[in-house]
Amino acid sequence: MLAPVPDSRARVDAFVELQNVTHTYGRGDKEVRALDATDLRIEKGDFIALVGPSGCGKSTILKLVTGLINASSGCVFVAGREVTAEPVRVGMAFQNPTLLPWLTLRDNVMLPLKIVAPFRQEYRAKRRSEFRDRVDALLVQVGLAGFADKHPWQLSGGMMQRASLCRALVHEPQLLMLDEPFGALDQFTREELWGIMQDLWMTRRPTVLLVTHDLKEAAYLANRICVMQARPGRIIQESAVDFSRPRTIALSYDPDFVTLTQRLRELIMRPAKETVQ
Amino acid sequence: MNPQLRRRFASAALIVGFFVAWELLCLAFGIKDIVLPRPSQIVVTLGQRMPAIWPHALQTLYTTLIGFALGIVAGVFLGALVGSSKLAYDVAYPLLVGFSSIPKVAVVPIFVLWFGAGTIPAVLTAMILCIFPIVVNVATGLATTEPELEDVMRALKASKLDILANVGLPRTMPYFFASLKVAVTQAFVGTVIAETVASNRGIGNLMMIASSSFDVPLVFAGLLILAVLGVALYVIFSFIEARVTGWAHRKDEFAMG
Repeated sequence: MLAPVPDSRARVDAFVELQNVTHTYGRGDKEVRALDATDLRIEKGDFIALVGPSGCGKSTILKLVTGLINASSGCVFVAGREVTAEPVRVGMAFQNPTLLPWLTLRDNVMLPLKIVAPFRQEYRAKRRSEFRDRVDALLVQVGLAGFADKHPWQLSGGMMQRASLCRALVHEPQLLMLDEPFGALDQFTREELWGIMQDLWMTRRPTVLLVTHDLKEAAYLANRICVMQARPGRIIQESAVDFSRPRTIALSYDPDFVTLTQRLRELIMRPAKETVQ
Repeated sequence: MNPQLRRRFASAALIVGFFVAWELLCLAFGIKDIVLPRPSQIVVTLGQRMPAIWPHALQTLYTTLIGFALGIVAGVFLGALVGSSKLAYDVAYPLLVGFSSIPKVAVVPIFVLWFGAGTIPAVLTAMILCIFPIVVNVATGLATTEPELEDVMRALKASKLDILANVGLPRTMPYFFASLKVAVTQAFVGTVIAETVASNRGIGNLMMIASSSFDVPLVFAGLLILAVLGVALYVIFSFIEARVTGWAHRKDEFAMG
């Protein structure tokens, strides 16, 4: 295990850094240790996938980095600062689309521009011109041309999820958090959205942290895959994924790709005690 | 004929039928107008005495609307406070239920004691009668907001106020408007109760005086005025509700319009 690096220069090149972070839910008898002494470093502009069985603390890491919850112990740094103090723009997409039902798709996607600095200062002036064009362009990019004025309930699950991705990206976040955003979709929509996600990442280069159950998805999208283990949740292995980009669905039938996903699968399926050094 | 038009036609026919049946039954059994006047007599009375009734109707409407407006302000404020957290909701709810189960007629004498007879007790009675449905609905709407929707905002580092303005309040609008329709009719009840007990103006007072002089058609004319005012306000708020919270009913006409 890496020793904590307290010296501040080391933190500058890591955009996101977890130092010896633990997290427990509940108290007393009901206490559950979701995350056990975890270290993780993510470079700026990198694409990391967290895979592992249910309850291994994948989503907990995401929530810690976003600041939705606070670590029980240890430190979380984003852009060299403590997570709650960071001035970094964060985009987040969840497993459910979580669109606001009273807004049209356009207004839903525009929501971050209304909230996040520096856009919120210009929101009133630009929401009918520049921001509107930006949202519409993004909707076109994910295949939702002509749906901007629809309400969420008029759309299919896949379409809502596309809009949810747009909302996570519209304010050009430096940090993009994806919590199983493709999990509830059918195979074809999922593969199409992988392609779209890869395009968006290659053109905008946010730092991405993707939580997923799908090993193919992780190997298709990520530069690096962190395999996690449950009870207590911790990262047991990190693998680099070196396939050239842009990757295609055809790649997923490549022997190297299949070998990688099989190896990950064996790591996750293996009983916990064997993996402890 | 489309189903909606048929439904409207049927309810109009029911209303007209009710009054026709009333008229016919009174005629058939020879019921005296001191017991139950016929609708035609009520309308005639209303026409003849309109100059005398009109100021009272205006007074009642004015009192009700002021009480209602105050009730909305206080109700939304209290509702937002109670609904702001699970803890506040659980702590405040029993007290709220306690207050709302007090018969409001019983507090009119207290208001009269404090403020004297007249408009003020009527306004206050209207206010406290319409406050509880609003508080309970706003608080419930806020307290049941999906945490996932709040997480979307929290991930954007939104302030509590931003979350309230962009998620909490819009999410609560259907609850709020549902409560307004109840509250506005309740406000009328409050005003009329207070006017019958302690006032020298308003429809409530008019009906008290009319009944003590056995002017039964005038009593019923007062009732008719109250019904018309109540229905009118209900319709207005239903209309606003449909415009503002159409998303919650998920009708295609709304979405396309």
